[in-house]
Amino acid sequence: MLGRIWRSDGMWLFWRSPAAVLAAIVAIVIIGGALLSPWIVATSPYDLASFSLMDGLLPPLWQGGDPRFPLGTDDQGRDMIAAILFGARLSLTIGLMAMAIASVLGIGLGLAAGYFGGRFDAIVMRIADVQLALPAILTALLIDGISRGLLPPDVQQSFRVAVLTLAIALSLWVNFARTARASVFVERNKDYVQAAIMMGQHPLRVMTYHILPNILGPLLVIMTVDLASAILLEATLSFLGIGLPADSPSLGTLIRIGMQFLLSGEWWILWVPTLFLVALVVSINILGDFLRDVFNPKVR
Amino acid sequence: MALFIFKRLIQSVFVMIAVAFLAFSLFRFVGDPVSQMTGVETSVADQDRLREELGLNDPIVAQFYRFTSDLLHGEFGYSYRTRQPVASMIATRIPATLELGVVALLISLLVGIPAGVFTALRPKGLTSQTILLTTLVGVSIPTFVIGILLIFLFGVQLGWLPTFGRGGTVQIGGWTSSLFTLDGWRSLLLPALTLGIYQLTLTMRLVRAEMMEVMQSDYIRFATARGIPYRSLYFRHALANTMIPVITIIGLQFGGVIAFSIVTESVFQWPGMGLLFLESIRFVDIPVMGVYLVVIAFFFVLVNLLVDLLYFAIDPRLRVKEDV
Repeated sequence: MLGRIWRSDGMWLFWRSPAAVLAAIVAIVIIGGALLSPWIVATSPYDLASFSLMDGLLPPLWQGGDPRFPLGTDDQGRDMIAAILFGARLSLTIGLMAMAIASVLGIGLGLAAGYFGGRFDAIVMRIADVQLALPAILTALLIDGISRGLLPPDVQQSFRVAVLTLAIALSLWVNFARTARASVFVERNKDYVQAAIMMGQHPLRVMTYHILPNILGPLLVIMTVDLASAILLEATLSFLGIGLPADSPSLGTLIRIGMQFLLSGEWWILWVPTLFLVALVVSINILGDFLRDVFNPKVR
Repeated sequence: MALFIFKRLIQSVFVMIAVAFLAFSLFRFVGDPVSQMTGVETSVADQDRLREELGLNDPIVAQFYRFTSDLLHGEFGYSYRTRQPVASMIATRIPATLELGVVALLISLLVGIPAGVFTALRPKGLTSQTILLTTLVGVSIPTFVIGILLIFLFGVQLGWLPTFGRGGTVQIGGWTSSLFTLDGWRSLLLPALTLGIYQLTLTMRLVRAEMMEVMQSDYIRFATARGIPYRSLYFRHALANTMIPVITIIGLQFGGVIAFSIVTESVFQWPGMGLLFLESIRFVDIPVMGVYLVVIAFFFVLVNLLVDLLYFAIDPRLRVKEDV
């Protein structure tokens, strides 16, 4: 399997595209750093005992900072590198989880709607229409607001991450559903699908075993793009103060905190996490753009 | 054509009913309306009386009917947070959001369409490549980062423009406008740019894609062969046929403008509907959330209807199809 990917047309195109290679390197470094953060950085930004106020507001190294903190510290004396790596870890976890939920839900509903058609298809698509009328961020905000009304205040904090993930997932599933449905319409009348149906295979098997692998290309593109959207949505919601609380900082929360230093000289508290977020999203989007070109030979 | 418009109207009514039902469910089922309206010291008997007065004991269908007919009469209820009528809260915020949105949309179209045409006509040129790379970065930069960046540059470093609020406004009828004072424009510039830049990249990319497709079509090749001057070829023949997607973008972008105005208004403390919505979420102010949804959905439906009507006005082929 890996060998096949390695020798594929896509890999050949990949090595010929400097932007894609660079984006992949940046994405791997950031994601790797975020995943391995507990082992890379000496101090956890969550551990109150591990940092001291005496180290507060140290500038980055090249502006005469402390060698222990290459990118400086915030007002609490937290190492900026530790903060952004842990922040990115949370952002990525939420982004990946939301994307996974959205894709399973969306692809499942889209496959079924396209395969069975009729009333089920009509209901799913009407829901999708109404939801498309509301932009993703509005949907996510709304779901978050509803959860605030439904959950008692004392349990809200512990469910923040789950609620946020679900809100993002539910605002992104429509793309998957529409694409899957449209692809199924194309595939369903092809001979191999008809043959499988005539052999009396279960619809579930036809859908997952025969149709799904053949429509995976465009879905993969959406997954990449939606991962970027999910990360952006989380950052935006956290920035707005709707997402995560300040004690478990994601990249968006860190930027929100950094805003307090916009007017004073401590630029790094704001701009380090901001640059980090932008680099992450830009590289994922470039990879998405590259994948789109690979799966869409017409525009090559 | 009449049939088409009729169908679209029915669809719009369907969407509005769905949204009204959503708002109603929010009000009725998320949290208890009675406990939100009363304090701790209110007796159980009083609460029950209020429950009866609000009609919360009636069948759900009757409640929903009353809710929608109140909406249609412009009675939007009272905010849990400020105890003011929601209708007047929304009304004072609408001008700020609409002015911000319209200026942002203008920026996106006036810059985005020419840039899209340019990059489509010279796809391999250095300028086009630079513009394209910039827009890819542009779509990846979150709106709030663009806002912070502009505040940092023009507000903090250069000190040219104010970074929050609406500045000087003029009262015209019931409409508070910032379009008639220099101070108002100075305050409007940064938020409108923030909102416009993101939309601009989308406009540009869509116009470019559409224009490139049109340029490869047979009738353009035919026109080229006939020796029609390039200026006329590009701007009369080709661009005219990209107008349909451009109108579509205006419709689509209206949604984006509304959604991202929430973010922009938060960054710049712009006193519009987005900021109101955000506050209402923070304080679980259900009536305001519900009414915001209904108002926004109404604008959506209205804009989409106008877009459909514009199709007919612009593309004669659609009118012909109707007869077939």
